[in-house]
Amino acid sequence: MSLDIQVGSPTRDASGVNALKLQRRGTRKLRLFEPALVRMAVIQSFKMLDPRNMARNPVMFLVEIGTVLTAVVTIESVFLGAAIGMIVYQAALTILLFMTVLFANFAEALAEARGKAQADSLRATRADTPAYLIPSRDNQSGKIVSSTTLRSGDLVVVETGEVIPTDGEVVEGVASVDESAITGESAPVIREAGGDHSGVTGGTRVLSDRIVIQVTAGPGESFLDKMIALVEGASRQKTPNEIALTIVLAAFSLIFLIVTATLYPMARYFNLTLEIPTLIALLVCLIPTTIGALLAAIGIAGMDRALAANIIAKSGKAVEVAGDIDTLLLDKTGTITIGNRRATEFVPLGGTSPLDLARLAGLASMADTTPEGKSILELARQQADFDGEAPSGSRFIDFTAQTRMSGVDLPGGSSLRKGAPNTVATYIQGLGGRPPEGYQAAVDVIASGGATPLAVSEDNRIIGVVKLEDILKPGIRERFARLRQMGLRVVMVTGDNPLTAKSIALEAGVDGFIAQATPEVKLAYIRKEQEGGRLVAMMGDGTNDAPALAQADIGVAMNSGTQAAKEAGNMVDLDSDPTKLIEVVEIGKQLLMTRGALTTFSIANDLAKYFAVIPAMFIVTLPGLKVLDLMGLATRGGAYSAILSAVIFNAIIIPLLIPIALQGVRYRPVGAGALLRRNLLIYGLGGVIAPFVGIKLIDLAIDPLLAIVGIK
Amino acid sequence: MSWLHPFWAFALPIAASFPLGWLMWRSLDVPESREGRGLDRLAMFFTRLIGKRSPAQMDWKRYALSMLAFNAALFVLTFVLLFFQDKIPFLNPDAKGPLTALGYKDTLGIQHDGADTAVIFNTVCSFVTNTNLQHYSGEQHLSYFSQLGCIVWLMFVTPASGLCVMLATVRGLRGDKNLGDFYVDLMRSLLYVLGPTCLILAVGLVGLGVPMTFEKAAAATTVDGVATKMETQTIARGPVAALVAIKQAGTNGGGFFGPNSAHPFENPSPWTNLLSIASIVVLPMASIVMAGLMLKNMKHAMVIYGVMLTFLVIGATVAIVAESKPSAAARGLPVVQGPNMEGKEVRNGAVASATWAAITTATSNGSVNSMHDSLNPIAGLVPMVMMMLNVVFSGIGAGFENMLMYMIVAVFISGLMVGRTPEYLGKKVEAKEVKLAMIVILLHPLLICCGTALFAATTWGTSTVANPSSHGFSEILYEFTSAAANNGSGFEGLADNNPWWNIGTGIVLLLGRFPALVLPLAIAGFLSVKKRVPQTSGTLRTDDITFAGMLMGTVLLVGALSFMPAIVLGPISDQLASAKP
Repeated sequence: MSLDIQVGSPTRDASGVNALKLQRRGTRKLRLFEPALVRMAVIQSFKMLDPRNMARNPVMFLVEIGTVLTAVVTIESVFLGAAIGMIVYQAALTILLFMTVLFANFAEALAEARGKAQADSLRATRADTPAYLIPSRDNQSGKIVSSTTLRSGDLVVVETGEVIPTDGEVVEGVASVDESAITGESAPVIREAGGDHSGVTGGTRVLSDRIVIQVTAGPGESFLDKMIALVEGASRQKTPNEIALTIVLAAFSLIFLIVTATLYPMARYFNLTLEIPTLIALLVCLIPTTIGALLAAIGIAGMDRALAANIIAKSGKAVEVAGDIDTLLLDKTGTITIGNRRATEFVPLGGTSPLDLARLAGLASMADTTPEGKSILELARQQADFDGEAPSGSRFIDFTAQTRMSGVDLPGGSSLRKGAPNTVATYIQGLGGRPPEGYQAAVDVIASGGATPLAVSEDNRIIGVVKLEDILKPGIRERFARLRQMGLRVVMVTGDNPLTAKSIALEAGVDGFIAQATPEVKLAYIRKEQEGGRLVAMMGDGTNDAPALAQADIGVAMNSGTQAAKEAGNMVDLDSDPTKLIEVVEIGKQLLMTRGALTTFSIANDLAKYFAVIPAMFIVTLPGLKVLDLMGLATRGGAYSAILSAVIFNAIIIPLLIPIALQGVRYRPVGAGALLRRNLLIYGLGGVIAPFVGIKLIDLAIDPLLAIVGIK
Repeated sequence: MSWLHPFWAFALPIAASFPLGWLMWRSLDVPESREGRGLDRLAMFFTRLIGKRSPAQMDWKRYALSMLAFNAALFVLTFVLLFFQDKIPFLNPDAKGPLTALGYKDTLGIQHDGADTAVIFNTVCSFVTNTNLQHYSGEQHLSYFSQLGCIVWLMFVTPASGLCVMLATVRGLRGDKNLGDFYVDLMRSLLYVLGPTCLILAVGLVGLGVPMTFEKAAAATTVDGVATKMETQTIARGPVAALVAIKQAGTNGGGFFGPNSAHPFENPSPWTNLLSIASIVVLPMASIVMAGLMLKNMKHAMVIYGVMLTFLVIGATVAIVAESKPSAAARGLPVVQGPNMEGKEVRNGAVASATWAAITTATSNGSVNSMHDSLNPIAGLVPMVMMMLNVVFSGIGAGFENMLMYMIVAVFISGLMVGRTPEYLGKKVEAKEVKLAMIVILLHPLLICCGTALFAATTWGTSTVANPSSHGFSEILYEFTSAAANNGSGFEGLADNNPWWNIGTGIVLLLGRFPALVLPLAIAGFLSVKKRVPQTSGTLRTDDITFAGMLMGTVLLVGALSFMPAIVLGPISDQLASAKP
């Protein structure tokens, strides 16, 4: 199989991480009809003809039975020495019906193959790697074994430069790990025992230090393996929604079975004996073969799309439920705001000039490597022409847990400090100073606006306050507005105090917030929402998130999270990207929409097929019915051209719609009404019109051919 | 051609349906706090006379079982009364003999006398199912006691049963765990809805010339007896007004006389004609209004009302236009090329008859004021389509139940199209509900197509039709459609009083009625215990024009697709054949 999909990249360019991630997803995006996959799918579609397999899909099973019946009638005609035209017609019908079944199998097999290819690319690195197995943490003298022999609970040691053999949890030590093979993120991540970042994934590489890992998944049991099994036919369970739709389709098939079966005796009233193959052709045209053929493929494609977005869903149901989510719990940091606070304003106090404050605050932050510190320096450079060089002889004071301030002692004798307003106030009072006029007011104004105040002092006087603000991610407001149109409630989860939380919530345009959030608070909130009948999605990584992840209808665990979190959720996000929840919801909605749209299309098609087949069927006994032939079919080849055209259209529409089934119908975040009108127009009205055009064109094409073989 | 009659035929019941719907809601959907107080005391008093117990809190199973048990009891009782009609000593002034005395001709044309209990079976099935398909002729074969004690009695309690089931269904849909007490609901329906409506109607009809008497048939001496060789004429009469009132208001349709509302004693003038049309459709309309009030979702009810009304207006218009053309037989002859007057009463005319034909088949009434067999083929198609759809107001209560099935399918498919698990009135629609809805929808074509196919292919049907080719086929198709839709109108022209037709349609009647009442109730029962999902902008709305369109499309596609071959073979090819020069 020529599927060398590039995952990750050895280059380490921190600024290009995002671009890289996109590129990786881009490369993993398979072409729709990848030749290798198509070959595989073709072979598979023949294997799937086994009636035991076909019986899972009532609509296509009916077509298969019809094919066999038509074949039997054809053979009978041969033996009875029927007219050559009749034999050709019946044989052509047999082949067309057989093609219809094959196309359906092909759609499903192709979706399966794509899913497998997708997953294979993810686990490409997970080949047989050597692992250093130790008997226990006290006795670390072990032996080298193959990773395929590792069982859940085994302990392995991984050292610098080695590849982690399988999924597990760090139980001892701390190490930096390169997870680019899985996530595409080139910056190494820290994995350590005990914390919320103890999960490691097979195939990733330890860059430094040494860790002991407890294996959590035996061979074939990792999440990825489970997902692959879900994509493959054997263990794939129908989702509740798929079952309901299958019932509708089976009932429609039954209705049309009744309609066509009773047509035979009804025609007897007119002393007309209808041909069995023609009746079967009518039946196959009428039953919803289009959606019946593509239903399985649509479901698998939903899982594929999730996988393409680096989400491992633990069940097909989870993807489906995602479309129903009413409430999204989003973490503030990283989802709604860009990771860190930034300095946005200097508020001078006690007569200090704005320029001085900017310069001094910048000086005080020279050695501060935190993102907040860097942003103060940046703002100072903008506002005060600040060159960024500290005078030689300056002594930098680092932030410590005891002082809770940082700063610098300048060679001139003055000492600059910055820290939380209360801390700095206490500090200068200790030096005999007192806070200037309006200090508390300035601090309160900033805090109530949702920002964080930071006081700056020179010796024993406070010279001003720096405003540190949460910066919303660009476009997040619009994104939430779209979510709201889709009917989703977005709830921001933050550890901030309610005042700050409220102000950010207002600015971001979320519908609610949970301030000072603890895992218990989150859990209680989720339960409350569910009481009201809402479905809740959340994302989490820590062990203490596990109960909430389990309680939520969609719990997405970050791959970097603990094993407990990953077990509790029903999806795992390999990128550990908190905005992923929105994508998950969209994938779920798209899945359901594709099913609905193609069902509508399939049923709407029937109208045209009636107008093609019914007049043709009774052309001899009730020639008056010719006026119903709106398409003007059956020109020269006689009635058979019309019937064959309808059956051909019915068959080829399946492969033509495979792209829609696999990629999903276009999703737009608009309200339900607009979405319904749009889909009704495209798939409902389109479904009525398309076959009229299609059948006419096919008729024009095959009519001369039929004349040649002598069918009339 | 004047549109005056059809205009009032629509305007009157529409205007009356809203206050009537409100009254029905107030008197039938009685909250516990008002139970047994005010006027409701009357219902409670009568209920206690029957059984000393306080109103039960039934779930869907118990409610359905009570309804079925009650109807089974009705079946047995009526069967016995009809069977022993000639033995009952009172209210039989004309000394009518047993119903089985009708006799029938078999497929070889041999007459059999007095051996056919199947006609009793058919009659009981027909009246217990609120259908009133009549294979007998009332004024000839039934005693006054049978007319009142069997026919009129069933005409009251069977629509009431349908209304009760609808009440319970709507309660389930709005989330009540307690669906009510079937017997209390039945009593209220009779006392506050059907009783008063019929009282007013009957008095009105008497005023307009409909007879109401227990006198036996009048014997009149004819003026030109010698010339016509008929010196005396027996003029049948009886308690007609009482029967006609409930016949129309209760979506029953079974006539006192064989010719039904074409008979001058049932429908003497255009005024009674208008009153009859209005009373046919007003209660089915009002029951939709009542559903809106019960659900506190008038807009949703108006969507249903609107969809039904649209179908009805289109159907009536097509029928009227088609009937205003001369019939194929009269075309080209040296006579006035007016509207098709074949099989019509001159006092009613073509327009009023076509309007009636559409309305009586849209609702599951089935009374006729003209011979549908004689309608032009396209006008004859309209009643068939109305009965095949079976959701255009249809029976009191039963119409809502049928439409509910299509709504379940419509919300299911359109719910998927907006990317959510489908919801109806805030409750998730899942496999269980969809399965039951599809069974009900599937049953209708099953009964019609299988019945028609069986009779069309055998002498059971072919030896009984009056016309050859497509028109004869239409006669068979119409009979089964009418039976499956519990309509009861006849295309006529069919010699249908024989054991095959009596038993065949009898079975179809029962299967057309009870599953279509019980299964929707079961769905409502399932939905009632589900958690209510709050409405968001992502929720599919069921109270706007888009959903109305979706619902119409679902009804049309499923209805049209199931019956298209049968319709093509029957009325359409009939029309095409008659259109030829």
